Amino acid sequence: MPSPHTHGHDVGERLFVHRHSVIHRLPAEVKTVAMVAFIFTVIMTPPNQFWAFALYALILVGVAVLARIPARVILPRMLVEVPFVLFALLMPFFGTGPTVEVLGLTLSQAGLLAGWGILVKGTLGVVSSILLAATTPARDLLMGLERLKVPELLVQIANFMLRYIHVVSDEMHRMKLARESRGFTATGIRSWPIIAQSGGALFIRSYERGERVHLAMLSRGYTGRLPQLATVTTTAGDWFTAMSLPVVGLLIALTALWIGR
Amino acid sequence: MQIQLMQVHTMHIPDGFINAPTSAVAVVIAVIGIAICLNGARKQLDEKTAPLAGLVAVFIFAMQMLNFPVALGTSGHLLGGALAVILIGPYAGALAVSVVILVQGLLFADGGLSAIGLNIINMGMVTAVVGWLVFRGLIKGIGVSRPKVMAAAFLAGLVTVPVSALAFVLEYAIGGTGTVPVSTVTFAMVGVHILIGIGEGLITALTVGAVFLARPDLVYGIHDRLPKKLLVTSTPVATPANGS
Repeated sequence: MPSPHTHGHDVGERLFVHRHSVIHRLPAEVKTVAMVAFIFTVIMTPPNQFWAFALYALILVGVAVLARIPARVILPRMLVEVPFVLFALLMPFFGTGPTVEVLGLTLSQAGLLAGWGILVKGTLGVVSSILLAATTPARDLLMGLERLKVPELLVQIANFMLRYIHVVSDEMHRMKLARESRGFTATGIRSWPIIAQSGGALFIRSYERGERVHLAMLSRGYTGRLPQLATVTTTAGDWFTAMSLPVVGLLIALTALWIGR
Repeated sequence: MQIQLMQVHTMHIPDGFINAPTSAVAVVIAVIGIAICLNGARKQLDEKTAPLAGLVAVFIFAMQMLNFPVALGTSGHLLGGALAVILIGPYAGALAVSVVILVQGLLFADGGLSAIGLNIINMGMVTAVVGWLVFRGLIKGIGVSRPKVMAAAFLAGLVTVPVSALAFVLEYAIGGTGTVPVSTVTFAMVGVHILIGIGEGLITALTVGAVFLARPDLVYGIHDRLPKKLLVTSTPVATPANGS
């Protein structure tokens, strides 16, 4: 049962934080384009222009405040970036040119700068993506992609994926329970065949479910297209509001490039 | 708490790792790749494409969450590129993996939004092409039986991981923002990913083997090599000419 605080019960809906804000009201495709363009302005900024990244971070904090997305939602989701943080931390140990002594370690200056660049750009990117998913329901995000002329078939596949994530992962969980109720404990590589057997069964069940879903859809008149239930009208004002984000980002990036040339 | 030895995240390129022009060109290449796959999948599956590729995308996503214990509390999991193409063909398989990457990037902030083209090329396209060619090449050479299909699936899974890592190295060489020399990156990435590839190959082989046992007709990679089975209800018996 979905708790009263979650809207809908698919995975994407759980990422969505329901609020009434300017950011939430913007059509999905407008927000997606604005966020992707903003991230591109961030990644084209030279890493030695520290002030630029402070401004980008401030802008994202501003978006979060405007959308009333609390830090306790954003921070835990940032854990996805941990593996590449480790990679960025390795950077200072490589690289040629002048070195600096930090706490008795000889570090490459260029490496430090590159590591910092990867870290800060990756973090800003992750926060941007989190803000996008937190202010836009998953289904709207995909419908927005369709309005951006992303092929309908691709969007449909993504829609099916979202719709059935819980069905399939529940199925996987039931198989795990079944294995364990028969006394199975995964101990090492020797237990791989058993786990893979469940994987094979999961594939067959998923595939057959796909076939049944297809037949059910055919019997309801499916011809390869899904009807559009909601019509969204995107105004020039929406684009103007949203694109202010990457436009400011571009101004910062160009200034940074000009100063750092 | 288990430590993930082969974490899918380690393969997802974040924002800022590869420069903007390279990332943008990668988006264009990925779009072309997806267009080819959409076309190919439609020919293979017709209007079944969306529900089937969708459910297989969920399957791959779920398989990536299935832990395979290695030793000392570490475990690995599948990346799934080779498995997808062996089971549902190169076009639909690449499409399913690409959708998984798209959804992971767009919803879970897993892999940068600006790097989505790069990630789709490395894990969706390169893996599909290499995995399919290796599997089909071997199957044509050695024939179809459960051990042979599993051996081919093992090699396909094994090869896709370091090749995918090489695709990353190429992108890093073209537009990498790091200072680690390309030769070091190549050495480290390929070395580590051969090890990961062995795990990937084993899981792929075991899973394909399980499907082969129960429903060989669902292994698309051998769909044209299975003996055609005709529905025979009973052997025709010569009917007596006249009632006796």
